[in-house]
Amino acid sequence: MTGLLNKDRPPVFCPGCAHERITHALDKAFQEMNLTGNEIAIVSDIGCSGLFDTFFRTHAFHGLHGRALTYAAGIKLARPELNVIVTMGDGGLGIGGAHLLAACRRNIDLTLLILNNFNFGMTGGQYSATTPAHAQVGSGFLNQLEPPLDPCRIGAAAGAPYLVRCSAYDNTLSAKMAGAIRYNGFSLLDIHGVCPGRYTKKNRLTPKSIEEAISEMPPFSGEIEENVRPEYGAAYREKSASLDAPSPRPEIEAEFDPPSRNRQEILLLGGAGGRIITAGEILCMAGMTAGLNASQKNEYNITVLRGPSISEVILSEAGIGYTAIDQPEIILAVGQEGVDRAKKVFDALNPDGMVIAAADLTLPECAGEVIRIDFKEIGIKEPDRALAALAVLAGKRRAILPEMLKRALEYRFKGPINESSMKLVEKVLWER
Amino acid sequence: MGRILIDGNEAIAYGAIKAGCRFFAGYPITPATSIYSTMLSLLPPAGGICLQGEDEIASIGCCLGASMAGWKAMTATSGPGISLYSEQISFAIAGEIPIVIVDVQRLGPSTGSATRGADGDIQFLRWGSSGGLPVIVLAPIDAADCFLLTMHAFNLAETYRCPVFIASNKEIGLTKESLDIHALQLPAVMDRKAPPTAEGDAAAYLPFAPLQGEQVPGFAPIGGKILSRQTSSTHGPDGYITTDPGIIAETQHRLREKIENAVQNFSFHEYFPAQGARTLIIAYGVTARAANAVCDQRKNSKDPISLLILKTLWPVPEGLIRKIAGNYDRILVPEMNLGQYVREIERILPEKRPENRSKNRISFIGEMNGKLIGPEEIREALDRKGGEG
Ligand code: SF4
Repeated sequence: MTGLLNKDRPPVFCPGCAHERITHALDKAFQEMNLTGNEIAIVSDIGCSGLFDTFFRTHAFHGLHGRALTYAAGIKLARPELNVIVTMGDGGLGIGGAHLLAACRRNIDLTLLILNNFNFGMTGGQYSATTPAHAQVGSGFLNQLEPPLDPCRIGAAAGAPYLVRCSAYDNTLSAKMAGAIRYNGFSLLDIHGVCPGRYTKKNRLTPKSIEEAISEMPPFSGEIEENVRPEYGAAYREKSASLDAPSPRPEIEAEFDPPSRNRQEILLLGGAGGRIITAGEILCMAGMTAGLNASQKNEYNITVLRGPSISEVILSEAGIGYTAIDQPEIILAVGQEGVDRAKKVFDALNPDGMVIAAADLTLPECAGEVIRIDFKEIGIKEPDRALAALAVLAGKRRAILPEMLKRALEYRFKGPINESSMKLVEKVLWER
Repeated sequence: MGRILIDGNEAIAYGAIKAGCRFFAGYPITPATSIYSTMLSLLPPAGGICLQGEDEIASIGCCLGASMAGWKAMTATSGPGISLYSEQISFAIAGEIPIVIVDVQRLGPSTGSATRGADGDIQFLRWGSSGGLPVIVLAPIDAADCFLLTMHAFNLAETYRCPVFIASNKEIGLTKESLDIHALQLPAVMDRKAPPTAEGDAAAYLPFAPLQGEQVPGFAPIGGKILSRQTSSTHGPDGYITTDPGIIAETQHRLREKIENAVQNFSFHEYFPAQGARTLIIAYGVTARAANAVCDQRKNSKDPISLLILKTLWPVPEGLIRKIAGNYDRILVPEMNLGQYVREIERILPEKRPENRSKNRISFIGEMNGKLIGPEEIREALDRKGGEG
C-alpha cells in the first residue's frame, strides 16, 4: 500500500530534525493499519509540530496554540468512527495543560503525539515545560528555576489509560503509534527527539543520550491498568440512550376571569432559600390561567443560601414592556433581607396598595393597607412563607383568585409536592 | 393551546434545538449557566452532545471541532467568558467555521457583578478578536426574540459560515415571561451548502474556494468522504498556508464582504413610527422595552415619539438606520452602558452629531449601575431642553 504522505508537500523541517522521522513513522503506522486518508483526522498544534497536517493526505485541522485537544474532542464526539491524531510539541503541552488534564480524565479515543524536543523551536529556542534545568536555551536562566514536567507521570495521575514514552529513533516507533491509535481510549506518546535548528546548537543530545535518559525515567509502555475504563464517547452515548427527553413545559390555558386586567405590579421580598423565585413563578402562572401576560424579573446576590431575594412580577392583559417595578401595588414581604434591600419601594407604594408581611419583620413606613401574618402561629415554616403569602393574596382576591392559584400549583408541581403545597394553600385560605 | 412560562436563556436553548443544534459545550458562568443546563436536559436524549468544558477556551474549541465535523454547535457564556473565547472567535472568522455564541451580558468590567445586567459588551463582541474582521451580532429584547433570533443565528452561521453572536443580557436571560410559542413565525432551517466537488475526488476540493457566484465556500465535513482541511493560518482557497499578498488580500476582502455586503438580508428590526413625531429613539436589547413603554404613553400626546428597535447590531444596518433616521430632527439612544452603539449612530449620521450644533442631534442616555434604564429616565432625557443628552 502506498503511504498517505502528501507528495506535493514534503516535510520542511531543518536537516536532522526528529520531526522528520516521526512523520515517516506515522505514515508507516497508517500503512500498517491499512487506513485510508478519510479515516483519519490529523489535528495539529502550533510550532514545528503544527506543520504535520500539511504533510499527509488525510482530514486536517490546524488551530490555535495549546488547543488542539479541544478541537479533537469535538471532532471525535461528532465522528466516533474517525481516527483522530493530535500532534503537539512540548510548547503545546505547557500552554494547553488544562486540556491535557481534561483529555486524560475524559478518556475520549484520541491519540496524542507529543513531539518533545525540550524547547520552542520555531520561536527561537525558549524554554518549555520539559526543558531540563541544566539546558542552555533562549530564555536565559529562567529554565534553571522551573523543573521540567513529565507528561507521562501527569497523564497517569490524571487518568490516562494508555501512555508510552519513547525515542523518535526507536525502531518500533510506527508499531508503538499503531498500538496507540488502535487503543480504544485516550493514548499519549511522549516522543523524545532532537531539534538541531535550536536546541542541540548549545546542548548535546543524541539518539543514544535520549535512549539513556528515557531508560532512567519511569517507564511507560502502554496500558495503565488502574486507569482502564470505558471510552468517553461510547459511555456518553450509552448513558444518553437511556435518558428520556424532558417533559414539555406546561402549556397554561386561559380559563378564569381575573380580579383585574390592568397592569398589576407585585413585589416579592425575602431571603435566598426562601423560595421567592418559585413563588414568583407560581404567581405568573396563576395570572396566565386568566389569560394575562406575565413577567418575572429576579434579583439576588451571588451567595447561594444567603442575601436578599427579590422577585418583581407583573401581570397585565396588555403586553409587558418594562419589566422592573418602581411603584408596586402589592408587596409580599416574607424575609427581612429583601425588605431591607427594597426599602425605597415602600415609599412609592400607592395609598390603595397592599402589603402582606410576616409579623416578625420590621417594615419601613408606607401608604396602603398592611396585613401582618403570624406565620409561626399558623404553623407555616420559613421556606413556605412565600407561597402562604400568595394564598393570603388570593384570599383577598387581589391580582389573583384562589382558583387561579390552585390551578397554577397543578401546573407547577406534580405528585407529593403538589399535594403538600395545595394543602398549605387550603390551610391559609381557611385560617384567613 | 396555551402559553408557557419561559426565561430568555431557556428560550435560546429551545430555539437552538429547533434550528438543528446537536452540539453544545460551555463552562458554568452566571447569568448564562441555565442555557448549558437546559441544553444538557435536551441534547443527550436526542442523540446530541452537551459538554462542560474544562474552561471557556476548551468549550468553544470543542464546538469548533464538532462544527467542522458537520454538526451545528453553540456555546454560551458572559463577558468574562467572551474574553477567553477571543482567540477562538478569530479562528472561527478565519476558518469560516459556523458557530453560535451566546453572551448573556452581565455588569462589567472584568468579573463585575455576576447577577446584574448590562449591555457592556456591544463593541467588544464586534471588535474583541484579532484581525478586526466582521461578525454578526443579534440582540433579543425578550424571550420570544431569544427563541427566534437563535434560530436565525444558526441559519446565518450556516449561510455565511461565520460566528454569530446573540447579545442577550441577564435581564432577558433570567427574566421569565409568558410566551405563546405556537404564535411564533419560525424561519425555515438552513444548512451549510456542500461543495460542487464529486465525492471521492479529494484532490479537487478547495475548502476555501467560494461557491460559483457566491462569497461563501462550500462545506465538506472533517470525517466525510472528501478530504477536508481547516486551518487558522493565513490560507488560500486550498486551505494551505500562503504568503502571496494577492491571495491573502482576496481572502480578507471576501471574509469582510460576505458579511457586510449581505446585512440587508438580515437587518432584523422593529419600527414603530408615531404620527407627527420629530424624535426617534433607537434602542436595542432590554432597554427597547422601556423605550416602547414611553412611546406608547406619548402616542396621542402633542409630542409623539417614534421607536426603532435594532435586533441586528453588527454589521451595522446602515442603510436601514439612515433611511429611517432621515425623517427625524432628534435621535435618542438609550443603552445599558456608558455609550457604545451611539458611536455607530453618530458615525453613520454625521449631520446629526452633537458637535455640529444643528438642532438635529443625537443624544445618549446610559448607565451602568446594575439597574434597567426605566421609562422615567427616558422621559427625562426626552424632555431635557434642546435635547442635551
Ligand atoms: S526548529 Fe527544531 S523542531 Fe523546528 S524544524 Fe528545526 S529542528 Fe525541527
